[in-house]
Amino acid sequence: MAYDKFTVLRSTAVPLPIENVDTDQIIPARFLKATERKDFGDNLFRDWRYNPDNTPKKDFILNDGTYSGKILVGGKNFGSGSSREHAAWAIYDYGFRCVVSSFFADIFKNNSLNIGILPVQVSPEFLDKIFTAVLADPKTELEIDLPAQTIAIGGTDDKESFAINGYKKHNMLNGFDDIDYLQAMKSEIAAFSGKSFY
Amino acid sequence: MSTTPTTLFDKVWDAHVVKKIEDGPDVFYIDRHFIHEVTSPVAFLGLKNRGVPVLFPEKTFATADHNTPTINQHLPVQDPLSANQLKALEDNSAKYGISHWGLNNPKNGIVHVVGPENGITQPGMTIVCGDSHTSTHGAFGAIAFGIGTSEVEMVLSSQCIMQPKPKKMRILIDGKLGKGVTPKDVALFIISQITASGATGYFVEYAGEVFEQMSMEGRMTVCNLSIEMGARGGMIAPDDTTFAYLNGKEKAPKGAAWETALAYWKTLKTDADATFDKELHYHAAEIEPQITYGTNPGLGTAITKNIPTAADLNEGESSYKKSLAYMGFAEGEQIIGKKVDYVFLGSCTNGRIEDFRAFSSIVKGRKKADNITAWLVPGSHIVESQIKEEGILDILTEAGFQLRQPGCSACLAMNDDKVPAGKYAVSTSNRNFEGRQGPGSRTLLASPYVAAAAAVTGVVTDPREFL
Ligand code: SF4
Repeated sequence: MAYDKFTVLRSTAVPLPIENVDTDQIIPARFLKATERKDFGDNLFRDWRYNPDNTPKKDFILNDGTYSGKILVGGKNFGSGSSREHAAWAIYDYGFRCVVSSFFADIFKNNSLNIGILPVQVSPEFLDKIFTAVLADPKTELEIDLPAQTIAIGGTDDKESFAINGYKKHNMLNGFDDIDYLQAMKSEIAAFSGKSFY
Repeated sequence: MSTTPTTLFDKVWDAHVVKKIEDGPDVFYIDRHFIHEVTSPVAFLGLKNRGVPVLFPEKTFATADHNTPTINQHLPVQDPLSANQLKALEDNSAKYGISHWGLNNPKNGIVHVVGPENGITQPGMTIVCGDSHTSTHGAFGAIAFGIGTSEVEMVLSSQCIMQPKPKKMRILIDGKLGKGVTPKDVALFIISQITASGATGYFVEYAGEVFEQMSMEGRMTVCNLSIEMGARGGMIAPDDTTFAYLNGKEKAPKGAAWETALAYWKTLKTDADATFDKELHYHAAEIEPQITYGTNPGLGTAITKNIPTAADLNEGESSYKKSLAYMGFAEGEQIIGKKVDYVFLGSCTNGRIEDFRAFSSIVKGRKKADNITAWLVPGSHIVESQIKEEGILDILTEAGFQLRQPGCSACLAMNDDKVPAGKYAVSTSNRNFEGRQGPGSRTLLASPYVAAAAAVTGVVTDPREFL
């Protein structure tokens, strides 16, 4: 599915300093029953965000009003567990365009890139700096510069580079997806298939 | 001519690269694609919106499993949303000419159980599915891993996905497993040693005597849990055990084709001097029956040990405390003797016939504990038939248990099989995340033996007492 181009993003951030945030927390299985991609943002972090009677949990970060923005900052091993792309959809549909962590689970990272969320992997030390800065001042802005592959903490000199392969970077900058690329390769794929063992 | 020694993983991966993109992923060819009702509908919608057909419908197989009831499957599905997803799978399969094993089809069952038992899964293949436990199929020496819905759409439309090649890890375990120590314990042990993210970025090959001696069902259990250590997948070199399992299966090659396939499959092993990015080595004697106590599969221990303190682990302290608070456990506590409310035997991890044999060997001649609600869910109709034919159903019934109908069930609790908030479940499935088995549920992952011991005593019990 097409998504908005990503170049430079300057935004405040929502800190979630928890490790191993798995995709069952990002969106629980019982909210995966749709047959189209619609309204997944409403159930982002459902069981951390709402009580069983559907009233918001006041102390959860998305409900307390202090923090907002297009960047979600999570602890180590973000997005582990299930391959459900619904987790990435929920994050995107809620309004985030970028997730920052010191470590991402592989499938979540792929899914994010495929739908237009930029996963930015930083060093554990830099992640600590972000948490410290944002928790101290919710107005702190982070600047994510995809062409330059850097992330900077506003109001400080702290800046770090992040990695992304050239192909994916090109896609994100232009809002392209892999399906267009693969469609253009169909005859090559058919020839390959003709020689395949299975 | 001398060739560079290569790994099993390299051999299979490199044979499937259609094109290498410079500073980008490989265009990676997929031999077999499994789909189910939950992660496929949006992919089909994408095809429709683009006006693109399914390139090779004969290479995709559909089964309904995630969202199906495990009782009264002959009746219409009650939940309208679930019914709608099942209908979408059926309609999409029919529209594009994909073989579909829906509810009540004798071949129906959990995708990772039915693929192997019908011979769809074969050595040397690349296999994907919109489900992370696709790693299960690696037991046959296939490269198999879970993908997201965008990638499901890619496979449907082009039989390829874009994948960077992962790094390689080998986990060697030699020696013989002790009494009551199952493949599930081997996997939980590894995860507890390297953490739930210890193999992220890697593809794992399991090697050594323990895996060579293991049955195909056991190998599937181990490879299934590769994702729980963060690995994209895991694989085991095919051998005579693999070939004997496949021989005669419906979709396995026959006659001359079998001989050709066999000759090829026998080449699928890691060369003696091949190197890995990382190697780990354990001994079977280190492994005891395992159980988890926290909210990720890495938070597990030998059943006889106490729950570690934060200082014993290299988990973040606040995340660890949050995890134990959710479970209602304290650091340093003993796990044996903890009260259990639910027992779940099933899932693509432990829902095969050997798992039911193991469970019944303990409950035989005993009675289900009064405080236990037990859900025994076969992985497929074929497993269900085996349970009946082998007399296991009689043993279970005699002991006060009921058998349910196949499906994912309480593994992800999308259907009605939900563990209530605050209750403890000893589960043979693969994830103990917060709320995985129902909002507020508390899951202890373990083997079918440990599940059986809990089911007859009502508390966490070392199963070796009964063996
Ligand atoms: S049993 Fe659980 S892990 Fe396996 S396919 Fe079903 S939901 Fe996924």
